[in-house]
Amino acid sequence: MEKQLLRFLVNDQEYELFINPKTLLVEALRDHLGFAGAKRGCDTASCGVCTVMVNGMAVKGCSVLAVQVNGMNITTVEGLEKDGKLDPVQAAFLDEGAFQCGFCTSGMIMSARAFLNETPAPKDTMEIRRGIEGNLCRCTGYNSIVRAIDAVAKGKYREGA
Amino acid sequence: MTANKYSVLNTRVHNVDGYAKVTGRATYTFDVKLPGMLYGKILRSPHPHARIISIDPTEALKLPGVRAVVTGKDTLGVKQGIWRRYPELCDEQILTIEKVRYIGEPVAAVAAITEEIAEQALDLIDVQYEVLPFVDDPMEAIKKEAPMIHEGVERNVNVTRHIEWGDVEEAFEEAEYVREDWFKLGGQAHMCMETRATVASYTSDKKLTVYTSTQSPYYHQALLAGVLGLRESDIRVIAHYVGGGFGGKFELDASQFCASVLSMKLSKPVKIVFTREEDFIATKRRTPMYYYVRTGVKKDGTFCARETRVFTNGGAYTGMGATALYLTGFFHSFPYKWKAYRYDGYRVYTNSLPSSSMRGFGAPQAMFCSEQQIDWIAADLGLDIIEIRRKNAHTTGYEVPGQATIGSCGLNQCLDRIEQWIKAKGTLPKNRAIGISAAGFMTGGIFNWFDSPYSFSSAVVTINYDGVVELHVGAQDIGQGSNTTLAMICAEALGVKLENIKVHSGDTDHCPADLGAWGSRQTLMAGNATKMAAEDAKKQLLEFASAKFGYNIIYDLDIKDNWVHNVARPERGMNYVDLVKEALRGKDGQRIIGRGHYTPHRKGMISPAYSYMVQAVEAEIDVETGKLSIINCTTAHDCGQPINTLGLIGQLEGAASMAAGYGYLENMPVEDGKVMNPNLVDYKIIRAPDMPECEIIEIDTYEPEGPYGAKEAGEGLTNPTAAALGNAIFHATGLQMKQAPIMSEMIVNAFKEKKKEGGTR
Ligand code: FES
Ligand code: FES
Repeated sequence: MEKQLLRFLVNDQEYELFINPKTLLVEALRDHLGFAGAKRGCDTASCGVCTVMVNGMAVKGCSVLAVQVNGMNITTVEGLEKDGKLDPVQAAFLDEGAFQCGFCTSGMIMSARAFLNETPAPKDTMEIRRGIEGNLCRCTGYNSIVRAIDAVAKGKYREGA
Repeated sequence: MTANKYSVLNTRVHNVDGYAKVTGRATYTFDVKLPGMLYGKILRSPHPHARIISIDPTEALKLPGVRAVVTGKDTLGVKQGIWRRYPELCDEQILTIEKVRYIGEPVAAVAAITEEIAEQALDLIDVQYEVLPFVDDPMEAIKKEAPMIHEGVERNVNVTRHIEWGDVEEAFEEAEYVREDWFKLGGQAHMCMETRATVASYTSDKKLTVYTSTQSPYYHQALLAGVLGLRESDIRVIAHYVGGGFGGKFELDASQFCASVLSMKLSKPVKIVFTREEDFIATKRRTPMYYYVRTGVKKDGTFCARETRVFTNGGAYTGMGATALYLTGFFHSFPYKWKAYRYDGYRVYTNSLPSSSMRGFGAPQAMFCSEQQIDWIAADLGLDIIEIRRKNAHTTGYEVPGQATIGSCGLNQCLDRIEQWIKAKGTLPKNRAIGISAAGFMTGGIFNWFDSPYSFSSAVVTINYDGVVELHVGAQDIGQGSNTTLAMICAEALGVKLENIKVHSGDTDHCPADLGAWGSRQTLMAGNATKMAAEDAKKQLLEFASAKFGYNIIYDLDIKDNWVHNVARPERGMNYVDLVKEALRGKDGQRIIGRGHYTPHRKGMISPAYSYMVQAVEAEIDVETGKLSIINCTTAHDCGQPINTLGLIGQLEGAASMAAGYGYLENMPVEDGKVMNPNLVDYKIIRAPDMPECEIIEIDTYEPEGPYGAKEAGEGLTNPTAAALGNAIFHATGLQMKQAPIMSEMIVNAFKEKKKEGGTR
């Protein structure tokens, strides 16, 4: 198949790839650019370990083709830490122990980040749970993850808090 | 709450691997890429039982980009297994030569320059089979006329186990009430988020490096040496980060074996990652079982006798299944004092994917039957569900005849606290009820069927000039947090701050051998080894300090929070780092090295220590649809001295989610030898909205055999949940659920049955 040119932003850096149009976004990020934080956990778009943000929205990197995000702005877990400072969601995951094996963690953190961008003040923890419904975690039982997201929503990590 | 007497233990600390994990930097086998690496794929049997007539790879080898095809004939053909002391239980050739025994069994493997080409090549390998009659249910497979799965194994009985104490017949005579039930327990997939994955890299100087997703690097080093004909020490197994294990990643798997065989043939690195479907159909699973339980009690609820017969669906090979067969029988007696007990277990080969160990190791099945039957007995006799358990509960010092001695046991306190919790709940809405289950679990197995010549756990502590401590352990962190727990134990024992400790694990070239992360062994066994190594290093430091301070020798010296001091006059002392600097000079510049090891001796048949717990599950049942939801899952839990506070909560919540899945979601039907739902759409696990709040009530005990009094946490809690859920259904509706997982159709059908019975009466 003829290769296509893909131009996009990943973690605020411009990238150009000459790529097979069947390549999935997660493959482009992992195999072509080395952003290996996003993982693969299924063949049916049901586990969420491949989640990244596309223009600020959580997207399963195995469910879109790389060429579909041409011109868009991608954020991966590697792009969350700014100037040596963890994103509040990352800090909260550490404080709450919201990971065990860590294989789901990159995707989970991206879903959580996108959820909080859209819903900065969730009305209850069930809303948080629904926000990460698409992400499977086999280790934690989710409650520590919910506590971490809740702590961020409640402002624990706001500057000066 | 008593004040914490420790500086590091039982405090909330960040996981030592946390930064790597929250920033996406943790590198799993799935992420490993080596220069010149090829990709492997495995051709699998479509038949549950067939003889291999021929395998012709000619066409596959013609496909551009294909580098090699291997079959069993390219290997040494070793029949391997993890019960190495028992050759008859080493029954699995990972690339089978003569026969396939389950759908998904590997018959050939391809290496190519891309995964896609390797995949295409599989279709071009021509395998001729002679299809044989098959059997996929143990109750059929044990019949005389059933097809024979392994040559010479009569009635397909793979292993039998017998446990007995007391005079069972006499004890049944004494009983005033006897009840018998049959149960059926399903399998469960480990479903680690990281599927089985390996990168094997062989070089022509006969050295093999294997990156793999493993619970036990040492086991895999030794098992690979056996099947490849290499020296153990010429194989280096590396597993820096592992995406989950749960009992499914310490036997030799096809990714490890096939990648190694291909790499040896080509002298190139080869990577094999299982698809999710392969992970479902061709790894191993929790053992499905049929349970027959006959129990005799006195009218006041005193347990007299129990007689149990179990037939497990072993699938095609033994693996760790032989251990599961023993443990299910032992834990079925738990956590109660039976005057007489008899267990007969039969592990039966079938033409389905092999069954093995999974978190709980046979105990969740055992508890599902035992704990529900106890509630039914209590209901028949008009007894209180807490009282009947209290009357028969294990207590500290109790000896399970011929099997185990209970060093510490907080079961009665667990029962008290759960009783209070239930009372405080008051009346519940309609169709809601609380069910309870007690359970206990081992803290590491004492068995050595692997025939390891090494200590069960070892640790080396090295102190550098700047006071930084390098802790080398063979214990494997698979997410359960052993690196953090062991760092905490090391810091506490040495008397230094946690940030002084660096943990090295997951590399057989650099870490001492350890049996690995299974059977809840790491906190106690690797913990004891770590504590011993740290104390050894500390002793060397204090010898130096003692000479330096020149105090009267009757004074004790100690280190706490980086302060080396006279215990009687703690203000007199010096900074730990300064002392290290001086001590190193005194040792001719050598670093300080402490060594520790642990192997259990004279600790009965099973384990050096046992955790105890009582769980209450509050569930709601929709009587129309049979839909279940768990509202709350509260556990009173005795794990001895808690070490890693945050890790402990996470382990308990994680266990509850997996156990709830086994209770009502994770159905794994096998029809005609085929797993019917091998994907994450049809195989349902708990998602965030399904997960209940989990309250943990810690019960303080001290386990003499554990480091600082600690014992297991996190595996045992997989045991009670399905049973407690069953009991909640019973108390809400009167239905007796004898099959796990309890699917909503079963509840709807049970209601229908009940109505019919009511109508004809
Ligand atoms: S890999 Fe499972 S959802 Fe993308
Ligand atoms: S931390 Fe292991 S899958 Fe979520």
